[in-house]
Amino acid sequence: MDSAPRHPPSPIGEPPLTRALLIGTALAFLGLFLLLPLVAVFIEAFRLGPGAWIAAITEPDALAALRLTLLVAAIAVPLNVVFGVAAAWAIAKFEFPGKAVLITLIDLPFSVSPVISGLVYVLLFGGGGVLGPWLKAQGIEILFAVPGIVLATLFVTLPFVARELIPLMQDQGASDEEAALSLGASGWHTFRTVTLPNIRWGLLYGVLLCNARAMGEFGAVSVVSGHIRGLTNTVPLHVEILYNEYNFPAAFAVASLLAVLALVTLVLKTALEARLGSGTTPSPSVREHATAWISRSTTSAKPSTVMPPP
Amino acid sequence: MPPAAIAARRWRVRAPSVLPGFGLTLGFTLTYLTLIVFVPLSGLAWHSATLGWENFWSLALAPRTVQALRISFGTALIAAIVNAIFGTLVAWVLVRYRFPGRRLLDAAVDLPFALPTAVAGIALAALYAPNGWIGQPLADLGLTVAYTPVGIVVALVFVGLPFVVRTVQPVLQDLDREVEEAAATLGASRARTLRSVILPALAPALLTGFALAFARGVGEYGSVIFIAGNIPFVSEIAPLLIVIRLEEFNTAAATAIGAVMLMLSFGLLLLINLIQGWSRRRFGHG
Repeated sequence: MDSAPRHPPSPIGEPPLTRALLIGTALAFLGLFLLLPLVAVFIEAFRLGPGAWIAAITEPDALAALRLTLLVAAIAVPLNVVFGVAAAWAIAKFEFPGKAVLITLIDLPFSVSPVISGLVYVLLFGGGGVLGPWLKAQGIEILFAVPGIVLATLFVTLPFVARELIPLMQDQGASDEEAALSLGASGWHTFRTVTLPNIRWGLLYGVLLCNARAMGEFGAVSVVSGHIRGLTNTVPLHVEILYNEYNFPAAFAVASLLAVLALVTLVLKTALEARLGSGTTPSPSVREHATAWISRSTTSAKPSTVMPPP
Repeated sequence: MPPAAIAARRWRVRAPSVLPGFGLTLGFTLTYLTLIVFVPLSGLAWHSATLGWENFWSLALAPRTVQALRISFGTALIAAIVNAIFGTLVAWVLVRYRFPGRRLLDAAVDLPFALPTAVAGIALAALYAPNGWIGQPLADLGLTVAYTPVGIVVALVFVGLPFVVRTVQPVLQDLDREVEEAAATLGASRARTLRSVILPALAPALLTGFALAFARGVGEYGSVIFIAGNIPFVSEIAPLLIVIRLEEFNTAAATAIGAVMLMLSFGLLLLINLIQGWSRRRFGHG
């Protein structure tokens, strides 16, 4: 992927001036639209000095928001990992009708606006909803409480792990597992000792993206949370509240925690891509997997047609 | 082997395989998907149906709703066009040229995927506010970005950029440069090669990236609401109107707007799939 150009300078390259101009434009565009907002978060966060920054992130409501965000991610990510592995096993290792439809349906949450992802749970569990009145009679609170936040997060982060693992496992085929089984290994043993090592980096990649979204989700969680300070406020919602109260230094201080999360995610992601790109298996790089979900929605059952050509 | 797998084999719903766990994993997948995605989404459809045909459309076609939808789709379209142009340029520079900091830049392209939308939203709002780093010089020139539809476009350019770069980049990498050499050998100018050889090969991926950026922009909420100013009929996006209607306990109106948005998004998704099917037949890649 990062190999140098295969050819020496030739008539198919651009003149140095054009080249410099193109690189300059790309740098300026990325600097303006990507790096400047990131830099602004940190500068605004420390505008009043490190003392104010620490005060803002150790304030009780901020700590409560932090705890809730960690709790939600700790529930949502493992559940979607189990789902992703199960879905990828069924889809990649077996042939059955309706597979292409199933793959498209797994990607469905990505094409739904986050606000609608929250809205559907309000309709389901709200006072005028289908289950709302019955749940209220039982004394079970879902909406404007932690379960609602977890459900909305599950919805928006559902595709991440499955989307990484399906193309990866389709690519690897079932021959390794078949060999293990024919040598007498049990199904579970085969999965643990053959499949899991094969997919571990792709799995980690999916977990990483799933976690980043679970901790950073705003729209869907905002709709179902009710914004009760100290109780149903996640970190992104706390940022919003502080910002709307014109408490900008505190808003940016809390936001800088999420920006650090984003940076850590990017660093780990880049490291994982290098690992997957130069792995022992001749599979395409993760980046191609990451974009392959786009191309596999209408695909047939044959794995070879799913991936971009090598 | 779980009983469900034996049953599945008896019904011949799948090709035979020695691997275990088909019934278990498919059963779990379908159950989970049903509980988390289908039941809630069909709740939206059911609620829309109970509104009645006329009531539904009078809510969906209320002037403020139509204007919010127009703003959402209009700004998303403009942002997707900007991203199609600059995203392709960025992908080109990242694939074709070697310069210091290239790998860092390559990694930075995914920042909008990783940065929570609310953080991006307040950062952009602070930058483009009339007293912000970018807003101030623009204000001196008589231009306002924050609290106008232009601000929405800026936020949507931010969130949509990686979609275009990450769809165009792999195709550009796989492009056989010998074809370009052949074009040059046959006397084509560089511009002609670009127009007649490279762009047609990139077109399907570019179209896909464009559509994905557009679809994401239509539904985007967190990064937009801080910079948009949210003035009804001017800079109020459809997802925000849903939130406003819910806060007014006007569930019916929220449902109608949500259903219309969902229908339009699914139409878009279908279109993306058709484009990909067409491009795969035509070019062998998506």
